[in-house]
Amino acid sequence: MHLNHMPEAVLEAKNLRRKYRDVVAVDDVSILVHPGEVVGLLGPNGAGKTTTINMLLGILAPTEGSIRIDGSDLAHDRTEALEHTNFSAVYAQLPGNMTVYQNLKIFGLIYDVKDLERKIWDVIGRFDLKRFAHTKHGVLSSGEQTRASLAKALINEPKLLLLDEPTASLDPSTAQIVRETIKTYARKSRCGVLWTSHNMYEVTEVCDRVVFLSRGKLLIEGDPKTLPKEHGKKDLEELFITVAREPLSLDL
Amino acid sequence: MNLRRVYGIYIRQWYLIRDNPTRLFAIFIWIILDIILWGFITKYLDRVGGASFSFVPVFLGSILLWDFLVRVSQGVMVAFLEDFWSRNLINIFTSPIKISEYTAGLTVTSILTSATGLLVMLLLAGSIFGFSAAQFGLLLAPFLLVLFMFGIAVGIVTMAILLRFGQAAEWIAWPITMLMSPFVGVFYPVDILPHWMQVVSSALPPSYVFEGIRAVVFRQSFDASVLVWGIGLCFIYILLAYALFYFVYKKSVRNGLLARHSAESAY
Repeated sequence: MHLNHMPEAVLEAKNLRRKYRDVVAVDDVSILVHPGEVVGLLGPNGAGKTTTINMLLGILAPTEGSIRIDGSDLAHDRTEALEHTNFSAVYAQLPGNMTVYQNLKIFGLIYDVKDLERKIWDVIGRFDLKRFAHTKHGVLSSGEQTRASLAKALINEPKLLLLDEPTASLDPSTAQIVRETIKTYARKSRCGVLWTSHNMYEVTEVCDRVVFLSRGKLLIEGDPKTLPKEHGKKDLEELFITVAREPLSLDL
Repeated sequence: MNLRRVYGIYIRQWYLIRDNPTRLFAIFIWIILDIILWGFITKYLDRVGGASFSFVPVFLGSILLWDFLVRVSQGVMVAFLEDFWSRNLINIFTSPIKISEYTAGLTVTSILTSATGLLVMLLLAGSIFGFSAAQFGLLLAPFLLVLFMFGIAVGIVTMAILLRFGQAAEWIAWPITMLMSPFVGVFYPVDILPHWMQVVSSALPPSYVFEGIRAVVFRQSFDASVLVWGIGLCFIYILLAYALFYFVYKKSVRNGLLARHSAESAY
């Protein structure tokens, strides 16, 4: 794919490749996310989404390629790059043996958030968690836990937010509120968001742009509202199914 | 080094201990049992042995300081294990915290737990068995310093083992300090050991402390300059332990182990 070298990109991942012995999990993937932009990272199970996110989060080194977050090279300026990043994923819940407030305080300190007390109550209010502030995370419902995890993800007012299926465990009403909250935050704070989801309705509603991964390669990208038509499909769901089952049938 | 990040790691452990009585129980139960058990054993030895000296300061002093060393190393290890147990590794290692800040936070946590444990041991040993740490005079400070520093080094090595082999390596990590006990002469002079064990012993700073305890009690004199050597050794061990942990961390990021541990602990 061609990279549009816009200097203000908050995430600039270039030619990422990750190899495990003989298996190439991610191959020559480049992703740009601009301030205020919500980009959907889509693909079937095993396509390389989590491997890509792990590389963007700094817990997995790419075999090749580079990652810059808000201008900082993740490989060389890890702390500077991750100060402006945060993430939430269904597989990365907060410690269940601490309260919502305690978790936010700990991560607020770790992210060196200024005016922390105000920020804690701000994100608690934003995700409607006030009545659970002093409840242990582990006893919350899965939806409440997801909201607490999202509150942690916004505690440092990140410039890059990585969300791995953020609404997977939410009921439709809460999911809609969470989508709105994150979209509003992204627009107001000029935060770039990389969002993975298997809910194509959600992706169409939230994302400004989507990139499809299949078998570790970046296959197609574009506007989720126009991309299906460009490939002769009626909607994003049908396009997703084609990418998952018959990627070679796409006219690329 | 950002002290707020160090404080963040420390306060997590403080919340856990403060809000959960079973964790307090875990800090105190073994040391209380050790002091009571060894206190009565020494009293019994005093009665039947007909020794011209009291066993209390030797055995009870040694077990108290040995327990302190174990508490220090486990203080670091348990705080690290907490991130495995609470499925928090991914949140920690995707944050901007530096390895030095994380390690410093765990060390400060260990100071809290080991110092509290030491205080309880001193109170218990003093009130029930008449043990007084004052008999070691000013040497008590370097004794504790050597054991604390060495405990931190051992704690960091166990962190490296856990990070390399995953949570399953808990069963290697827990008894790691005990593996050293035959070499450091907690209960007997080092010169009773075979030569090769004495060589190992000379490389382990706690052996200088336990030799020192016996020297103070039996000869009322001790060449404190060996403790300077012990402190120097400890300093080197802390640097080596930190370098090992840093190396294992970097390698885990390169070979995907860190992502794998995070995933394994998350499900």
